[in-house]
Amino acid sequence: MNDQAFSSVAPAGGTGAEKPKMTARDVRVFYGAFEALKGVSIDISTENVTAFIGPSGCGKSTFLRCLNRMNDTVAGARVEGSIALDGRDIHDPAMDVVQLRARVGMVFQKPNPFPKSIYDNVAYGPRIHGLATKKPELDGIVEQSLRRAGLWDEVKDRLADSGTALSGGQQQRLCIARAIAVNPEVILMDEPASALDPIATARIEELIDELRGRYAIVIVTHNMQQAARVSQKVAFFHLGNMVEYGDTREIFTNPKQSRTKDYITGRYG
Amino acid sequence: MPQQPTAHTVKSFDEEIDQLRSLIGQMGGMAGAQISEAVDALFRRDAEAALKVVARDAELDAMEQEAERLAVAIIALRAPMADDLREIVAALKISAVIERIGDYGKNIAKRVPVLTQAAPIGPSVIIPEMARAASAMIRDALDAYVDRDADLARQVMERDQQVDDFYNSLFRSLLTYMMENPHHITPSAHLLFIAKNLERVGDHATNIAEMVYFSVTGQHLAERTKADRTTSITAAADEED
Repeated sequence: MNDQAFSSVAPAGGTGAEKPKMTARDVRVFYGAFEALKGVSIDISTENVTAFIGPSGCGKSTFLRCLNRMNDTVAGARVEGSIALDGRDIHDPAMDVVQLRARVGMVFQKPNPFPKSIYDNVAYGPRIHGLATKKPELDGIVEQSLRRAGLWDEVKDRLADSGTALSGGQQQRLCIARAIAVNPEVILMDEPASALDPIATARIEELIDELRGRYAIVIVTHNMQQAARVSQKVAFFHLGNMVEYGDTREIFTNPKQSRTKDYITGRYG
Repeated sequence: MPQQPTAHTVKSFDEEIDQLRSLIGQMGGMAGAQISEAVDALFRRDAEAALKVVARDAELDAMEQEAERLAVAIIALRAPMADDLREIVAALKISAVIERIGDYGKNIAKRVPVLTQAAPIGPSVIIPEMARAASAMIRDALDAYVDRDADLARQVMERDQQVDDFYNSLFRSLLTYMMENPHHITPSAHLLFIAKNLERVGDHATNIAEMVYFSVTGQHLAERTKADRTTSITAAADEED
């Protein structure tokens, strides 16, 4: 078997009928002299949930953070290559980073609601982005976002309670509602369920499935079963390379690269 | 070329797969022996030996249940992926096929008492040779499974033709034999079923080989064309040939 990494020449995921929402070409990330990501090319579409898998330090989270320029905030980090959202380079000096991060939202491993009311957690983004001018309009956005995040029925009678008083799983769905509230096009999720119990995890996974098609979703997960359950496309990263990209079903039943096989079958290392 | 993958990080996972693999190997060995011994009993006209074959089929059934229990436990507890998953699923299917082969052995053995009552029939001399070919296919298909040997699996598939040829030839001979003398009908009919059973054993061994090939390579081989032509053979047509 040929264990060659994907090169920058042939981007993964480029064959979909739909125009890709995001395209990355030969993306390299350096932390000082260390090359953490060695030329990744991939297309991210709205029709599929894309999962990034791989061992710790493989570059999957680094790459995820490139997609909304979160690496800008990391001291000593340098990003090369091109990343485009709807065909427009996200590193274009004219690109407003705050606007970019509203369009490409992010949900983190640990639920991080603001120490504010449930309502304000969701209303915060729309307010600062000026998406609503009147209270009823804002109420509508809050309700719709909480509904889409599958949390509305549980919190509709206590919107003034603090977001931090919710359970872990509810907090994570609140964070997803918060990301949804600013009307994003892409949602990046970095281990969104790893701190949750199995039932809360199942609700997040169900939610991801419901959100598919409306938003381009990229999820980083260490849980292989989760990647298998929620995604339609999988990219396997190893030592800064994207080793294999393909249909989830194919990757988990018949991977082409021996490094992918060794990793998913638990023979790695 | 046999492919032995590197060990899993969790050693007990490897142990469970090994346990399942060796159980399937044992089942295959036993099914092959059942076929050989049933045909052996037939030719030694040994009804007692045939009864032992019939009785031993229960062991094979019990082993199939054990294989199923092991495979289901591995799927539930280990969530196997990729080649591991293909192998466990293959093991489940193969154990069911082996159990079926055992049933054919039992069916052959059950006919032995009736056949020992009748005079030996000429064309039946082909049967031991046919049984040897079919048993060898089972043995090699299971060796291919245990050694993860896709090439050997492919060879086994090609050999089914030989068993089919034996069957076609025997079918024609027995038909002629029955027409010659109505007294030959009872033993010939039984031999016809025995031959059909052996022909099915060859088919099942081929199926096992196909499953092994898929388990090892992740690819399906193109469907083989069947060489059992007896569906269109009639006594009249046979004479015109």
